[in-house]
Amino acid sequence: MGFENLLLGFQVALQPYNLGLAVLGITLGTIIGVLPGLGGANGVAILLPLTFSMAPTSAIILLTSLYWGALFGGAITSILFNIPGEPWSVATTFDGYPMARNGQGGEALTAAFTSSFVGALFSVILITLFAPLLAEIALKFGPPEFFAIQLLTFSSFIGLGGGNPIKSLVSILIGFILASAGLDIVTGQLRLTFGIPELMKGFDFIVAVIGLFGVGEILLSVEEGLSFRGMKAGVNPRVVWETWKTLPRYYRTFIRSAFIGFWMGFKPGGATPASFMSYAFAKRFSRHPERFGKGEIEGVVAPETAAHAAGGASLLPMITLGIPGSPTAAVMLGGLIIWGLQPGPMLFRERPDFVWGLIASMYTGNVIGVLMVLAFVPLFAAILRIPFPILTPLIIAVCAVGSYAVHDSMIDIWYMLLFGVIGYVFKKLDYPLAPLVLALVLGDLAENALRQSLIMSQGSLLILFNRPIAGAISAVAIFFFALPLIVPYWRRHRARAETPTPAARH
Amino acid sequence: MRTADLTTALVLMAGGVLVIADSLRLGIGWGTDGPESGFFPFWLAVLLIGSCVAIALQAWRRTSRVPFVTRERLRPVLTTLLPATGFVVLTQFVGLYVATTAFMAFYMRWIGRYPWLAVVTVSVLFPLVTFVVFEKWFLVPMPKGPLEAWLGY
Repeated sequence: MGFENLLLGFQVALQPYNLGLAVLGITLGTIIGVLPGLGGANGVAILLPLTFSMAPTSAIILLTSLYWGALFGGAITSILFNIPGEPWSVATTFDGYPMARNGQGGEALTAAFTSSFVGALFSVILITLFAPLLAEIALKFGPPEFFAIQLLTFSSFIGLGGGNPIKSLVSILIGFILASAGLDIVTGQLRLTFGIPELMKGFDFIVAVIGLFGVGEILLSVEEGLSFRGMKAGVNPRVVWETWKTLPRYYRTFIRSAFIGFWMGFKPGGATPASFMSYAFAKRFSRHPERFGKGEIEGVVAPETAAHAAGGASLLPMITLGIPGSPTAAVMLGGLIIWGLQPGPMLFRERPDFVWGLIASMYTGNVIGVLMVLAFVPLFAAILRIPFPILTPLIIAVCAVGSYAVHDSMIDIWYMLLFGVIGYVFKKLDYPLAPLVLALVLGDLAENALRQSLIMSQGSLLILFNRPIAGAISAVAIFFFALPLIVPYWRRHRARAETPTPAARH
Repeated sequence: MRTADLTTALVLMAGGVLVIADSLRLGIGWGTDGPESGFFPFWLAVLLIGSCVAIALQAWRRTSRVPFVTRERLRPVLTTLLPATGFVVLTQFVGLYVATTAFMAFYMRWIGRYPWLAVVTVSVLFPLVTFVVFEKWFLVPMPKGPLEAWLGY
């Protein structure tokens, strides 16, 4: 049954037009991933308006290909320029850049691209197997279950996101508050507009993504005064072949990292911790842990596999539950709504061509992607040699184009600038941006789920706990919320148990 | 860093107070058909103010002397942010394409000190390409001004 659907998907994904879009998406995505200030999320956001007139399946293929391309592009800057384009490629710089400095840039890039491919493929296979099951279960969900999943989504930012948990909470709250601004569709009242007509439309999260991640990132990079002095890397068929011959040796690292990536990745904010975790594991289990940080190929394999497995996995909750696992998935979800599709479990029943076309395109996109980046690395790396005084205004102009195109409205360009400043300040003060964006996207859905739950229960919050599925999910969510409080206590307790008392030492 | 942290927390708290005020106007209780409009924002704002108090306390106790941004590092930020603001203002009046040309030319000449030939080539070519891609291929209109009107768009 599932296999037939996948075949149907391949029939869609392999149409020449869609294949062409995949190539275009990966090219643009890799360029976006290489450029500072543009990453997966805002790249997809800027190009979203171009897809308004396309068929939904072709549009999503273009955007997911862009996403894969951006992931590949991030590896290029990490290895050759020691600049992580995305937070989850930070761990790739630990060994990737030393390798490039030792003249092994080609090997490092080959290993990174291949690992990305393996990680993503692993995730896509799991998605193929589990997405239909998950969607089937999700069909039985009511509002309390959906609200519980929302709680789980945001609790994992607080409990697992690292950083300051209170600041994560503040980011989430700001996102929800911004989402509630404008017309309340349930009661028809205007909220938080303070009589200003421009505020009636509310804040579009796509504009927020472009501002926070695009303009904010540019301001950060000019402050740091980036000068791109990159390493050269010769990627030729011989280097690729020689590297491929050594890679099977690390099969344990591949499998471990792919599992870590998938497991962390389908919860929001998972890609970054997954990449660090799998780097740490690879180092711990290695026979030569002292080589890590100096140019060990396994130190490139581990984080790249995990990051891409996580990147793929973040699409699983988006297509099955309608809840995105990452800011990029959130933008795609926004696209789904604009194209006239209802995200959520019903998609599998109503639009199998769309869902399975998307899943099949993840296979084709990754195959095309890995071949293209291996073939054209020098071209992509050359983009970073464009001088900064040209790139900066160019990227800001592109961001403005993307912001305006969402609603054809001038005020969105102002919002973009405002969100850019907010993004710059928040990034410097360690307020995480991803939860803000996700809260802004999910705000209306979360509020409606909560309202309907409360109506069902006549105003009692207990409804989130006394239904079996909702109860179990809520319990996990509360555990994650409490995690920042539990962990320090637990650490202190363990430290006390491990350090022997002075009396015992004598 | 400490001052910046405290300021941000205070600004967010002020925002929270605004939200609470508006929510109280809309009603935060139980209406005829479920929770009223102000219910959700009200509790969000209450949590926000509580969290900001906690952040402010954390920042107050910390004695780090690392500045939020040093004077010489603030310069490049402002020399990007101010022209960008000018670009947005300009877009409002002359349209996006002309504004982009002006912005790029200004930035390349002023920050990059490129020769005029390079400045003119890049700053005219890029908006032209954008125009063709958006207005012609994908039929996505951008803000236009007197120049485009004069050319008949």
